[in-house]
Amino acid sequence: MTSHDIYLLSPELATAGLAGLLLLVDLVIRRKGWLAPAAVLGLAAPLAFTILLWLDLDAGRSLASDGILSESFVVDRFSLFFKFLLIGSAAVVMLMSGGYARQVQRFESAFYALALFSTSGMMLLASSVELVTIYVSLELTALPIAALAAFLADGRSSESGLKFLILSGISSALLLYGMVLVYGFTGATVLSEVGARIVDIGLDDGLPFGSYALLFGVVLIIAGFGFKITAFPFQMWAPDVYEGAPTSITAFLSVASKAAGFAVIMRVFYVAFPIEALAIEWSAIFAALAALSMTVGNLVAIAQSNIKRMLAYSTIAHAGYLMVGLAAAAVRVETPQADVGPSGSLFYLGGYAVTNLAAFAAVVAVSRRTGTDELGSFAGLGRRAPLLAAALAFAMVSLTGAPPTVGFMAKIYIFGAAVNAGLAWLAIVGVLNSVVSAYYYLRVVRVMVLSAPRDETPIRPPLPVGLALFITTAGVLAFGVYPAPLIQFARAAVSVLL
Amino acid sequence: MITEVGVWLIFLLPMGSFVLTGLVIRPLMNRYSSVAGHLTALAIAGSFGLSLWALISVANDSEAVTFSPHSWLEVGRVVVNVTALVDPLTAIMLVVVTGVSLMVQIYSIGYMRGDPGYARYFAYMSLFTASMVGLVISGNVVQLYVFWELVGLCSYLLIGFWYHKPAAAAAAKKAFIITRIGDFGLLLAILYLLFNVDAFASQGLNPLEISDIHKAVAIPGLLATSVVTWLAVGIFTGAVGKSGQFPLHTWLPDAMEGPTPVSALIHAATMVTAGVFLVARFFPLFQQSEVAMNLVAIVGGFTAIFAASMGLVMNDIKRVLAYSTVSQLGYMMLALGVGAYGPAIFHLFTHAFFKALLFLGAGSVSHASGTFDMRFMGGLRASMPWTYGTFLVGSLSLAGIFPLAGFWSKDEILASASVSSSAVGQLVFWLAVIAVFMTAFYMFRALFMTFEGRFKGGAEADPAADGRGQVHLAESPAVMTLPLVALGIASVVIGFLSNAIMDVGLVPEHWLSHFLDVEANSFSLAIAGVSTVAAVPGIALAYVMYVSKLLPPARISKRMRLAHVLLSRKYYFDEIYETALTKRVFYGVAAQALDWADKAIVDGSVRAIGYFGRNVGRAMAHAQSGQLQGYGIVIGIGVIAIFAVMLFLR
Repeated sequence: MTSHDIYLLSPELATAGLAGLLLLVDLVIRRKGWLAPAAVLGLAAPLAFTILLWLDLDAGRSLASDGILSESFVVDRFSLFFKFLLIGSAAVVMLMSGGYARQVQRFESAFYALALFSTSGMMLLASSVELVTIYVSLELTALPIAALAAFLADGRSSESGLKFLILSGISSALLLYGMVLVYGFTGATVLSEVGARIVDIGLDDGLPFGSYALLFGVVLIIAGFGFKITAFPFQMWAPDVYEGAPTSITAFLSVASKAAGFAVIMRVFYVAFPIEALAIEWSAIFAALAALSMTVGNLVAIAQSNIKRMLAYSTIAHAGYLMVGLAAAAVRVETPQADVGPSGSLFYLGGYAVTNLAAFAAVVAVSRRTGTDELGSFAGLGRRAPLLAAALAFAMVSLTGAPPTVGFMAKIYIFGAAVNAGLAWLAIVGVLNSVVSAYYYLRVVRVMVLSAPRDETPIRPPLPVGLALFITTAGVLAFGVYPAPLIQFARAAVSVLL
Repeated sequence: MITEVGVWLIFLLPMGSFVLTGLVIRPLMNRYSSVAGHLTALAIAGSFGLSLWALISVANDSEAVTFSPHSWLEVGRVVVNVTALVDPLTAIMLVVVTGVSLMVQIYSIGYMRGDPGYARYFAYMSLFTASMVGLVISGNVVQLYVFWELVGLCSYLLIGFWYHKPAAAAAAKKAFIITRIGDFGLLLAILYLLFNVDAFASQGLNPLEISDIHKAVAIPGLLATSVVTWLAVGIFTGAVGKSGQFPLHTWLPDAMEGPTPVSALIHAATMVTAGVFLVARFFPLFQQSEVAMNLVAIVGGFTAIFAASMGLVMNDIKRVLAYSTVSQLGYMMLALGVGAYGPAIFHLFTHAFFKALLFLGAGSVSHASGTFDMRFMGGLRASMPWTYGTFLVGSLSLAGIFPLAGFWSKDEILASASVSSSAVGQLVFWLAVIAVFMTAFYMFRALFMTFEGRFKGGAEADPAADGRGQVHLAESPAVMTLPLVALGIASVVIGFLSNAIMDVGLVPEHWLSHFLDVEANSFSLAIAGVSTVAAVPGIALAYVMYVSKLLPPARISKRMRLAHVLLSRKYYFDEIYETALTKRVFYGVAAQALDWADKAIVDGSVRAIGYFGRNVGRAMAHAQSGQLQGYGIVIGIGVIAIFAVMLFLR
């Protein structure tokens, strides 16, 4: 392990180090109120390292490892894009977490530390280029989340944690089987070598088990990652877990965890299962899963009366929209606009992250006060807390995909990518789904504005939650009006995959 | 050399004044609304200064003032940029827009004093000025379309400024709807550009960048002639709506329901010239299509005399000016149609100043008399010497009398049309000469009815005024007369100075023509003679009818009853549009059919989707039993199903 390797790992190390530091400091300080701001401000360190690494890339310095990381870990614009996204999401989640962590006073530092450990795992996942490293990173992200989901220690929360633990175990097992089959076929675990072997050997139906085993391995890998991103039919855990977990952890799961899942899916499928040999199959599979995920997510969301469950189904639908970008990957060989599909997924992820975090921050602000997540408790919010209601309404508009929000721009971009890739049918399914989704998103707005409140007392969100809401809402608007910087960022990131 | 920041500041200063006035002063401190007027004037003065800087920069080195596009949105091959385009056309327009706007805002501080909507008025005016600036600096058609619609919105808001007056509300709605018809053509043209993205892309060009469109039409064979023609026709449709050209002219006279400074700025000097600007902006495109050019020339030439003929009989002074504006815009269009780009812009430039002057003069007149109906005015010359003097200057300039501004620009248009060899060119030349006669007549008819003879009672005698207006026969305050004098001076000198027929001191010969990079017309004594011979009898006829009363107007209108009724009913166009088209065809047939389709098909399918969604959603929610075993089984089935599909696909 050379010092250069440590530098390459510095964002992850700083995040995990911050987690350890918080645990230690908790032992000696008495004013526990300092832990939350320390957790948020401490994220400046990994952010600074990430910026330094990005600047190195801009300056053309080599960030290849010559040591033990050389085959398993890479720092490129793609992984750095996700590190920025993950650090930002983690910071917003910390801001929203104050009240939940304080409910279990003795373990406040543990709450932040677990979330930070999970974040460091996600960051590793974005940089991993080797199957075993991917698997280990994945476990590092998942285990703390199981603990966090059960953190409130009441019935629902415990159920949530346990369900996540078991189902995440099942999906890891599937993923591991898949990796084993791929290794058996190619004899390699480094993604680029896997890809090279598959191209060399080619898919030959004459091989006994040969290509079938590989394809089955690919399907199992899709299943394992599909669990992470809540893609149909691996999404069933999400509503139960989302509903029981502390709301800030629900937000973390729906944004950061999903982003990390997409990072690793894109890396694996672009590098290890190259388009020339396999892509037509996997892009078709993703197209089908995309259509099914959005349809199932949106239709079931209509029937929900609990806003956290509704948002859980909404994230399933958004996983569908996100996969449209993966489905559009097949266009790579045909046109010069090869990066529209994958960069569309990244742009959509960025927009989805700010929007969903804004929605959850608003839910935190309200449910902290009313003690319930039922949609009915939002009645008359327009009068009780006009700004809060406006921000939540704006987030709902963005989730629906109407201007002037980033949700609109992202949908335009990603559906445009689908049309560009000859998947007009998928774009039509997506647009129809957006129309259906308006029904339940705008129902939230209707309840807030038209229904009479049960009690008239104004709601004032705590300062950190208000700050989180302000930052994310500003992002929704800013990228909705001027999306170009985010799009360019996404395009720079995916350029390394193509 | 102007910087890009400087260019955007021209736009941002009035925009900032809009935000401050609209979002801070009006809702929070309306008691201090008088600040709004000064703030707006100050911001626009800043813009005017920067516009002059832009003009000088372009004049010194017109090639170098280019700014690179900023990417705003990219979807696949479609790249939408935000670009600041500063070329000679932009520079001239910037000076016109901010210069006239500045005069109008100063005038408005006096004219709107005491109005309860004072802050709202200046908020709208700031937004309008910002949008108009945004329109002229747009280097991208999407950007241009946004501002195109924004100026339309401001026009709607300001026509209906006194929204409690039913006539104002109706006029605002009419203006919005009729211009929207034209805007739809422009939108189709923009969409049609997108259909040709491949042709553009083959040369590395962006179909939405205006400078790239100019490059593309210069490459022979890149775009088929039919494509160019349809694009030009679509763009021209937008211009027809915005500039009140036949047959979408009916909204502009009604727009006079707005405050008079609004009429001066928006419905005379700037927004209505946006149509002319639009055609000029895409002039290289139009030049590639003979059909489109002839269409522009004929619509313009016809509108020039058609509108002027209605101006002959109107009794409302602002309506006379409104028809005159439509007619003059027709002039500019016909000039573009015969290929006279330079003269068209020259006339746009001079017209903005003298027509704004005339409108502000009309506002000043009604300030004293309380009415706009000229039948109840008269004799105001004695009590309002400054208004009279400047109004006379404006009228002479509009009539095209040597050596005022209108003379020079109108002559250039006539000269260009006369040298055109085509039949269309000859036709529109004679239409234009007839219009010169009419213009001189109606303008001096208005001048004599307003200022000569004896005073006929103003608002107190006007049954339509309902005692709303007040009569106090005195000159308007200095804050109103000073802009009149400034515009009056401009109406005298800018025609000669900006495109002089010889070197005069600092200004070289044919400065404007060289600036616009077009061939200068040499001064033709014959054309000057023809136009003067057409104009002077018009003035003389107005004199014998309305001052010396040798030919009483009543006798003439009785003798030519049919024509008089036809003109004063505006050729029945309002009736044709409202009764026949709107009520019969639209409400009667189309609306019925659409109503049925909406209820049966649209509502039906929405209800079906809702029904389907709710029920399927509920059914699927039942699968969510909370049982882990069930979830595991679904995952297993999912894996097998995906594998099966994958094998099937191979």
